[in-house]
Amino acid sequence: MTELVAAGNGGKPDITVRDLTMAYGSFVLMHDMNLTINHGDVFIIMGGSGSGKSTLLRHPIGLNQPARGDILYGEQNFTQADPSHRRQLLRRIGVLFQSGALWGPLTLAENVGLLLEEYTDLTPAEIGEVAALKLALVGLKGFEDYYPSQISGGMQKRAGLARAMALDPAILFFDEPSSGLDPISARLLDELILDLRDSLGSTIVVVTHDLASIFTIGNNSIFLDGDRKIISAAGPPKELLAHTQDPALRSFLTRGGTEHS
Amino acid sequence: MNQVSFERVDNDILLIRFAGRWQLSGGLAFSRAAEREMEALPSVARVAFDARDLSAWDSSILTFLTQVSVLSRQRQVPLDRNGLPAGIRRLLDLAEAVPERAGARKAVSKVSVLERLGTAAIRVAGSTAEMLAFLGDMTVTFVRLFAMKARYRASDLFLLIQQCGAQALPIVTLISFLVGAILAFVGAVQLRQFGAQLYVANLVGIAMTREMGAMMTAILMAGRTGAAFAAQLGTMKVTQEIDAFVTAGFSPLEFLVLPRVVALVLMMPLLCLYADFVGIAGGAAVGVGMLDLSWTTYFQQTASAVSLTDTAGGVFKSSVYGVLIALAGCMRGLQSGTSSAAVGDAATSAVVTGIVAIIVACGIFAVVFYVLRI
Repeated sequence: MTELVAAGNGGKPDITVRDLTMAYGSFVLMHDMNLTINHGDVFIIMGGSGSGKSTLLRHPIGLNQPARGDILYGEQNFTQADPSHRRQLLRRIGVLFQSGALWGPLTLAENVGLLLEEYTDLTPAEIGEVAALKLALVGLKGFEDYYPSQISGGMQKRAGLARAMALDPAILFFDEPSSGLDPISARLLDELILDLRDSLGSTIVVVTHDLASIFTIGNNSIFLDGDRKIISAAGPPKELLAHTQDPALRSFLTRGGTEHS
Repeated sequence: MNQVSFERVDNDILLIRFAGRWQLSGGLAFSRAAEREMEALPSVARVAFDARDLSAWDSSILTFLTQVSVLSRQRQVPLDRNGLPAGIRRLLDLAEAVPERAGARKAVSKVSVLERLGTAAIRVAGSTAEMLAFLGDMTVTFVRLFAMKARYRASDLFLLIQQCGAQALPIVTLISFLVGAILAFVGAVQLRQFGAQLYVANLVGIAMTREMGAMMTAILMAGRTGAAFAAQLGTMKVTQEIDAFVTAGFSPLEFLVLPRVVALVLMMPLLCLYADFVGIAGGAAVGVGMLDLSWTTYFQQTASAVSLTDTAGGVFKSSVYGVLIALAGCMRGLQSGTSSAAVGDAATSAVVTGIVAIIVACGIFAVVFYVLRI
């Protein structure tokens, strides 16, 4: 099949996925996926419900093992790496899970601080300061001593983002960042994502089906076709909308033909 | 009430007339009648509706019409929906808008006994492999613990020690006191026949220290703490907290399982020793109250009957039970699926696995202690 490698902004590749086949047992979800995510991209993984986009995200963060194929960070093969090398590669990434996934028995500051405690030589007081800064970056100044169950869903998501940024990762993964948020919070989160990319120079990978986000923040994307089990399109979302002939993608990007067209 | 009548017009139109209020509470018995009518009139060229006398309707009429529509399609009789209210027409269109996806319907197939047996065997093999993998991983984790390389939060450990130690005291007190008293009561009735009431103290003392103290505490803790471990870890799986540990490079086994096992292993011997004493006190209450023994006699008799070996054996067994309970609870929690029902199943299965493991271990201990003449 033709290799669908989107031309990004010319940066060097941060993540390369080679011939990836995803499967649960003998049930193949997607096969022969190839994609490159360049440095500085806000890369969107699009697809309908159940097409496997969240599963695709679980592969480079070490939660699912490919049925076939490889995932590379830069030049280094993540799939074939031994456990200690994997841990080292994982330290360069941060993940915001769909539900926030904050650790329930820990306060927000401890949630952020746990990673600093583990991977840096900072003193507890210094860790507290860094954690407070990260929480302030996502607009949660003063909430350091709250437990996750004491704050709203949108705040949990932002706190999850603060935790994902704890170690200043080079690559941030977002699983459905706007799900469960009201439109205003969702837009603020989009702005925050762009700010992070611009100020920290992080590469950002977002799984979403929120069209507003896709067109606002994405500068490159792929579309998973759940019926054909392949990546059926790749490229900047706006160009895809302008040029695609694929009815499935066209219908996805136009909400079944009711918008933008 | 749901009213419908069938009428033939011009010999080739079946007119279905609705009247009155159509409600689900009125039943859906008319589709049979519609089927009969359509079968009785094979020459029917068209089905039409008249709903002028219909005063109100809900899903009942939609269900009826869907069935009529399926029947008419099977018989290739055209359906004229113009006589229906617009709301009903729209809903029928909506119900038929997305065609049934081929293969979506679950095939109901009869599974033979042999096939079920085979599936069950494969499942047992799979879960045994999972259990062995978990035990292997835990062994590695313990080696790391002893090499002082395991990472977990000390504050977690102390909280867990409080939860499965001090907070378990009330229920352990109640149950061991009652078990001691029941043993004494049952023994007293028998021993009184020989005038050997005094030996109730021996019976209770030896039974509590050798077996019952450890066993009752273990079963209590399997129900109380093992289930809690499974529910905690299962919920963390649902909320992706475990995934967050993995991507952060933390081992869930070190961070979550290890402190739980350590806490229970440390607390079980203390709880067991406590249960032994309370059980003996329960026996003494019956001895003094029912058999007219004095407190002093009872305790002297107990002291002469119970050896340090008995007590130490019981305490040792209890710490092994502690390992089994904690491992069963944590394993079932980590294996839990990601729905609320799955967390409930994990808690249930943690208790079952824990109790089975305790009973098996108890049997093995009985044989080993017998061979070693302890």
